[in-house]
Amino acid sequence: MNLIQTLEAEQIAKFKESKTIPAFRAGDTLKVGVKVVEGERTRIQNYEGVCIARSNKGMGSSFTVRKISFGEGVERVFPLYSPNVDSIEVVRKGVVRRAKLYYLRGRRGKSARIAERRDPRPVAEASEA
Amino acid sequence: MRTGVIAKKMGMTRLFQDDGRHVPVTVLVLDKVQVVARREADRDGYVAVQLGAGTAKAKNVSKPQRGHFGKAEVEPKARVAEFRVSEDALLDVGAEISADHYVAGQFVDISGQTQGKGFAGGMKRWGFGGLRATHGVSVSHRSLGSTGQRQDPGRVFKNKKMAGHMGDRQRTQQNLEIVRTDAERGLLFVKGSVPGHKGAWLLVKDSVKEARPADAPYPAGLKSVAASNEVQPVAVEAQVEAPVETNDGQEG
Repeated sequence: MNLIQTLEAEQIAKFKESKTIPAFRAGDTLKVGVKVVEGERTRIQNYEGVCIARSNKGMGSSFTVRKISFGEGVERVFPLYSPNVDSIEVVRKGVVRRAKLYYLRGRRGKSARIAERRDPRPVAEASEA
Repeated sequence: MRTGVIAKKMGMTRLFQDDGRHVPVTVLVLDKVQVVARREADRDGYVAVQLGAGTAKAKNVSKPQRGHFGKAEVEPKARVAEFRVSEDALLDVGAEISADHYVAGQFVDISGQTQGKGFAGGMKRWGFGGLRATHGVSVSHRSLGSTGQRQDPGRVFKNKKMAGHMGDRQRTQQNLEIVRTDAERGLLFVKGSVPGHKGAWLLVKDSVKEARPADAPYPAGLKSVAASNEVQPVAVEAQVEAPVETNDGQEG
């Protein structure tokens, strides 16, 4: 590892002490708690939508969440290790065959649905029990 | 006026502040920055410190240079540079400068050799607009266009912006903010970009336009001093005395 990678690894380790990032990938529906500053006080605002892209670049890692807000498509890019992202919660896992779901931008309603991904292993264990 | 330092560019990353802001930073490393020689008013006619940084293999260093480093009792350095200082900021030969020399929030000027772009056309080098994509333009879409007037003056003026070699020039970036320092590893985190490619040697100086903050160490933040901040004033006094001794040694 070069110096820059070492520094980023340290920062990421420090970040992970206080927060945990759940495993998620493109196609999953996420609920992101975003810190919003209103004058003096800060509060947490939830932003829920489909993760359509993830980019892994050390401290520069980010993910894009798309939702339909009042009939208008909205996309937000969150830095993965930003202190402004309070929490990430995976609401629903989706089955997709692409890493980047930019094709969803041209779709609306029924055609923009994503099938739910069910993890086969826990189901198998449940059937055995 | 205190000394600057020689630093090596390591690359860029981002830092997140506690309030959620993110700062793009360039990481510079101070690699064994030591005083190699002193320039004094009575002997040399001006006051400066000569710093060296990095390490050079002894077999690649010329004999006169080996003698020069040997006199200072420092290892051969990859890069040597002089910094003008005021009389009271003169440092002892062999003293090693730490990253504590700068404090967070301070502004610095950084100079170095910019990345070379080779022979570049007018569009890239000077931001010219080029010619149209259609309407009869053939072959010369990225050409300069006209370079002058008619029979009078009948020549192209000097300094006309034209194609030529771009980059690889000495440039100074002013008022760059020090975001953080790491004395243990000798790192400076400078906000924004600096000239040159990764691994390039840069000269970092206190900003000429912004005043130096009061808590920045004077005459310099040295390695031995860096261990504890309480000892600092004592160490500075010791330093002021020390040059007198070396002075005698050099003259004798």
